[in-house]
Amino acid sequence: MDRNPPGPPPDSANTAAAPPTTGALFRGFLALGLMGFGGVLPMARSMLVDRRGWLTAAEFADLLGLCQFLPGGNVINLAVAVGLRFRGVAGAAAALTGLLAAPSVVVVLLGLVYDRFADHPEVRHAFAGLAAAAAGLLIGLAVKLVLPLRRQPVPAALALLCFLVIAVLRVPLLPALLALAPFSVLVRRWSRS
Amino acid sequence: MIPLLLALAAIFAELSLLAFGGGNSVLPEMQRRFVEVHGWMTAAQFNALFGLAQAAPGPNMMVVTLLGWRLAGFWGALVATIAMFGPSSLVTGLALHAWNRFRHSPWRQAVQAGLVPITAGLVSAGAALIASTAAATPVLAVVAAAAAVLSVATRLHPLWLLALGVAVGLSGIGFD
Repeated sequence: MDRNPPGPPPDSANTAAAPPTTGALFRGFLALGLMGFGGVLPMARSMLVDRRGWLTAAEFADLLGLCQFLPGGNVINLAVAVGLRFRGVAGAAAALTGLLAAPSVVVVLLGLVYDRFADHPEVRHAFAGLAAAAAGLLIGLAVKLVLPLRRQPVPAALALLCFLVIAVLRVPLLPALLALAPFSVLVRRWSRS
Repeated sequence: MIPLLLALAAIFAELSLLAFGGGNSVLPEMQRRFVEVHGWMTAAQFNALFGLAQAAPGPNMMVVTLLGWRLAGFWGALVATIAMFGPSSLVTGLALHAWNRFRHSPWRQAVQAGLVPITAGLVSAGAALIASTAAATPVLAVVAAAAAVLSVATRLHPLWLLALGVAVGLSGIGFD
């Protein structure tokens, strides 16, 4: 899948194509925002690495590692990181605005349709079905995150604890995270050493 | 209007900085604020908007824009979007500078390892809370379960699964 071989990359793979302009960043992420349904990440990789050549596969993995570690959506952070890398703050703003422009308009239009026709039982039923399927996708995402932990008792127990605190005890997120995140980091350090 | 916009900005700016592992991890807190703390909508309304937003293209947190628009029109949508995506983007920008220095540092790897289970727990909590109202009838529960299984077991495009839910809803099966 990766086009770049392991080991030190040749010069052609090391230096990406000509650095994109602010306008190109905006247009690239605008197209990405229009394409990705229910998960933009695979699309983002294909645009940044395969089609536009703004990043090498290794650079993409490196930036994604950072973006996953920071708060905020992965692709949102990736847009900021890529924009910043090539065109500074203006580039980051262009990439982020491009990414969010089309989905914002679409989501508000969907909301208008919902408001206009919410009285019709068929529309209500359709949206109930949609909400149930969306909940199912979210369950699927949770399963994909939990499955890799199934043979690791300590992380699995930490995930369960977090679930109970938020979903069952309904502790507000800020105090819960302030307690759980450092606790989890410490427990994982101890359990490894 | 202004107090409402300020309240939206405060909520989403806070959630923005707490959204470790992506926007879905703050979904339970978002629902708690909108439904329980402020009483701006019912849980069913919140879930309907979440389902709508999932049908939109782009990043998976577009429900934020929709919630802002729902409460305060255009300015609500703008304020909510900027508040949700601005602060975390700022942190990303600042962190990029430190990234190369700390890439191999043991504490960075420890923090990353510690956050993995937290993210898994947060997203699971969000899924449970959304599903508890969005899949409250037997037929809707089957739809949710089918979408969950298919999304894990196959590489079907998520839009097909959402369309499946709409089709079942339109059929009227299971509604009184």
